[in-house]
Amino acid sequence: MAEAKHHDEPTHHEEHIVSPKVYLLIGAALLVLTATTTAVSYVELGDFNAVVALAIACIKMTLVVLFFMHVKYSSKLTKLTVGAGFLTFIVLITMTMTDYISRAWGRW
Amino acid sequence: MSTIVILPDQTTATLPKVSYLNKEYGLKSWLLTGDHKRIAVLYMISITFFFFIGGAMAGLIRLELLTPPSDLLAADTYNKVFTAHGIIMVFLFLVPSVPATIGNFLIPIMVGAKDLAFPKINLLSWYLYVVAGIMILCVLSFGGVDTGWTFTTPLSTHYLNTHVVAAGLAVFVAGFSSIFTGLNFIVTIHRMRAPGMTWFRLPLFVWSHYAASILMVLGTPVLAITLVLVVLERTIGIGVFDPTKGGDPLLFQHLFWFYSHPAVYIMILPGMGVISEVISTFSRKRVFGYTAVAFSSVAIAVFGFFVWAHHMFVMGISSYSALVFSLLTMLVAVPSAIKIFNWSATLYKGSITFETPMLYAFGFLGLFTIGGLTGVFLGSMGMDIHLTETYFIVAHFHFVMVGGMLMAYLSGVHFWWPKITGRMYPEGVSKLAAVITFVGFILTFFPQFLLGYLGMPRRYAAYPPEFQVLNVFSSAGASVLGVGYLLPLLYLTWSLKYGKIAGPNPWQATGLEWQIQSPPLTENFVETPIVTHEAYDYEWLESKKGSEVPTVG
Amino acid sequence: MDSHTVAAQTAEAAHTEHEHPAFLRHHFASVEQQRETATFGMWLFLLTEIMFFGGLFCAYLIFRNWYYPAFVDGSHSLHIWAGTLNTTLLIVSSFTMAMGVHASETRMRKALVGWCIATIILGCGFLCVKAYEWHDEWVEHHVPGLNFSPEGFMKVNPDYPADKPLQLDMAEKTQVYFSLYFAMTGMHALHMIIGVSLLTILTIRAWGGAYTSGHVAPVENFGLYWHFVDIVWIFLFPLLYLISRHQ
Repeated sequence: MAEAKHHDEPTHHEEHIVSPKVYLLIGAALLVLTATTTAVSYVELGDFNAVVALAIACIKMTLVVLFFMHVKYSSKLTKLTVGAGFLTFIVLITMTMTDYISRAWGRW
Repeated sequence: MSTIVILPDQTTATLPKVSYLNKEYGLKSWLLTGDHKRIAVLYMISITFFFFIGGAMAGLIRLELLTPPSDLLAADTYNKVFTAHGIIMVFLFLVPSVPATIGNFLIPIMVGAKDLAFPKINLLSWYLYVVAGIMILCVLSFGGVDTGWTFTTPLSTHYLNTHVVAAGLAVFVAGFSSIFTGLNFIVTIHRMRAPGMTWFRLPLFVWSHYAASILMVLGTPVLAITLVLVVLERTIGIGVFDPTKGGDPLLFQHLFWFYSHPAVYIMILPGMGVISEVISTFSRKRVFGYTAVAFSSVAIAVFGFFVWAHHMFVMGISSYSALVFSLLTMLVAVPSAIKIFNWSATLYKGSITFETPMLYAFGFLGLFTIGGLTGVFLGSMGMDIHLTETYFIVAHFHFVMVGGMLMAYLSGVHFWWPKITGRMYPEGVSKLAAVITFVGFILTFFPQFLLGYLGMPRRYAAYPPEFQVLNVFSSAGASVLGVGYLLPLLYLTWSLKYGKIAGPNPWQATGLEWQIQSPPLTENFVETPIVTHEAYDYEWLESKKGSEVPTVG
Repeated sequence: MDSHTVAAQTAEAAHTEHEHPAFLRHHFASVEQQRETATFGMWLFLLTEIMFFGGLFCAYLIFRNWYYPAFVDGSHSLHIWAGTLNTTLLIVSSFTMAMGVHASETRMRKALVGWCIATIILGCGFLCVKAYEWHDEWVEHHVPGLNFSPEGFMKVNPDYPADKPLQLDMAEKTQVYFSLYFAMTGMHALHMIIGVSLLTILTIRAWGGAYTSGHVAPVENFGLYWHFVDIVWIFLFPLLYLISRHQ
C-alpha cells in the first residue's frame, strides 16, 4: 500500500493543471444553479422545497469540490479524506436525529 | 530476577557528543524549536506540572470524603475542586499525555523521517497547550468553575455565576492544540514513511496514534463549536440551550458527548500502542495477530463515533434512541477485547522478564480489563439507570483512565526514558514505585465500585454515614497512590544526572528508534533508513547483533 | 556486509541531484513530497472545519423541525436580493481564486496578483453586503439577546401578505432562528475575514514573485480554504434565505 514517495517521479496528478475553460464552465454552472435554486423557492412544492434546495446545494458543492478544489484530479488519499469528512458529518446529523425524531413516539 | 537489559561498560561509556539535547543551547533554542524531540520534552514538563495540580485537587477531594459531612470544603467549593480535577486531568493531562510527549518524540523516528510533517504547527500546538493551561490557572485563581468538567446545560449556562466562559475558552484552546497534533501525525504517517516502511511494517504504536489522531481531527471541532455556543449563550443569551426561549439543553449534551466519547478513545489508544511495544519487547516475541491489533485500533476509532449517547441514557433522550446507542456500545467493546486477547497470546510462551515498563503493562492488562468490562455493564441501559451518576461510574472511568492509561503512560515513559535522555532510571526503586502505584490504585478505586453499587452519588461533598468505611479505604489508597506517583518524579529527575548510560538499545528491542543513538541526533538518522524487515522481528535483531560492535560516545 | 542495517546513502545522493530550491524544507526529501504533504494537511484542516460548522447545522436542523412557522417568518424577513448577490459574489470569487492558482501553476506573476486582488475585492464586497444586512437586522430588533423583539412577527408582513401573523409563543421562537442565523453567518463571516487577511499577505508575497517559481502550495492550499468557505455559504443560502418563499 505504501510507496516510497520521494523516490518516485512526481506523481501524475501534481502535473495536471486544470484549464481555465473548465473553471469558466463550472463557474457558469454554479451561477445558473444559484438562479435556479432562488427561482424554485418561489414555486410551491410543499416539503419538496427543502429537498430540492438541498439537492441543488449538494450539486453545487460537488462541482466546487471536484473542479475548483481539484479533487477529481487528486490522489485516492485526498478522495478518501473528503469522503471521511462527509461521513462523520452525516453520522453527527443522523444519529443525533435518532433522538429528536423518536422523542414524540411515546414510551414503549 | 532475570533481565534483558544490556548496558555498555559503565566505566568507559559516555553520552554521545552530539545529540538533540546539546545541538543548540539557550532558552530561545528551546522555545523556538522545530525539533519534534525538543517539543516532546517541553510537553513532558508541562503536562507533569499540570498532572500534579490535578492530583492536588484529587487529594482535596479524598480528604473531604474521609468524613460524611461536608466539613473540609463547602459544597460549592467541593464542586469547584472536582471540576478543576476533571478539566485538568482530562484536557491538560490525559488527552496530550502519550501523543504529545512520547508520540511527538517517536512517531517521526518510528516511520523513519527526520521530523513531523509540520514542525512549526507542532510548536504552535505546544504554545496553545500552554496558553490553555495558563487560562485554567487563572480561572482557578479567580474563583474557579463548578459545572463539572462536562459543562452540562442548563446549569452551566443559566444557573451559575462562576467562570464558565473563561474555562470554556481555555478548553477550546486546548482542543486546537490536540487537533494540530493529530493533524501532524496523520500527515506524517501517510506521507513521510521511509523507503520500505509499508503500513504493515509500522510498529503498532504508530497504528494506535494514527487511530487516535483521526479521532482528534474529526471529533474535537465539535467540542469547539459546542463551547462557542455555551459562551454565546452565557454572554448574549442566544437561547439554543434555554427551554424558556425554545432551546434544548440536551442539544448541548449531544454535541458535547459527540466529542467526549471519542475523547476517551483518544486518551486510551496511544496507551494501548505503548502496551503493544512493551509487551512484545519483554516477552521477546512479536505481537500476536499484528493485523488484528492494527485494525482493531482503527475499528475503535470508527465505532467510537457511534456510541456517545450512552452518557445520556437518563437525561431525557428517547428510549428508542437509547436502545440504538446501547446496542452499538456493545459493539465498541469488541476491538478493545481483541487487543487484550492478542496481548495475552503474545505473552504465552514468550520469554517474559519483569522490568518496570513490563510491571506497568501487567497492571494495565488487569486494570483496563476490569475497567472495560464495567464499561460494558454501564453500556447496558438497564444497569446504567441504576449505576449512572454514582461512584460506579467514577470507579469505571478511573480504572480505564488511571489503571489503564496512566499506567500505560508510565510504562512508556520508563521504556523510552533511555532513548529520550540517554540514561537508565534506577530499576530497584522504579519497580517499588510500580508496585506501590498498583496497590494504591486498587485500594483507592475498587471500594468506589462498591460505593456506587450501594448507591452513593458522585459529585457530592457530603454522604450518608453508612458509606464512610469504604470512603476511608479509598482515601487511604489515595495517599499510597500519591507516593507511587511522586517517586518517579524524584528518581527520573535524579537519573538525568546520575543514571547509568543506556546506549542505543538497552532493551534489545526492535524498532527504528532503537537502532539510533541515545539521545538521538536532531535529524534522527545519519542516513535515511531503508526498511526490509517486519515489525517485531527478533530474528533480524539477533542476526544484526552478531555483526555489530557496540560503541557509545 | 550487512544489508539490513540502516542503509547507505541512496536517498541522499538522489536528493542532491534534484533541484534544491530555497523553499524546500529540510525534513522533506523533495518538492513533490512537500507539496503533497501540505495539501493533505490543508484537507485535514478542512475536515475539522466541516465538523466545526457541522454542530451548527445540527442545531439548525433540529430547531427548524420544531419551530417551522417561526423559521419561515424569520427567513421572509431577510433580503433575498442580498443573499443571492452574496452567493454570486462568492461563486465568482471562487472562480477568480481558481484562476489565481492556475496563474501560480503557470508562473504568471502579474496574473496571479490580479486574480488575488479580484478575490479580495469580491470577498470584501460580500462582507459589506453582510454588514448592511446585519445593520438592518439590528434596526428591526432582530438581534437575539441584545435587542430582540418578536413584535414584528405578530403583525402581517407587507412583503408576504398571505403569511398568517404568529401567536406570541411561536413568534418568540424566531429568536432561535435569528440566534442560528447570526451564529452561522457570523462564524462564516469570521472565516471570510481571516481568509481576506491571509489572502492580502499572500498577494503581497506574490507580487514579490514568491509563488511563481515553483512554490505553488501556499496559493493552492489557500484556494482550498477559500473554496471551503464558499461551500459553507452555498448551504447557508438556501437554508437561511429560501425557506418557503413561494406565495
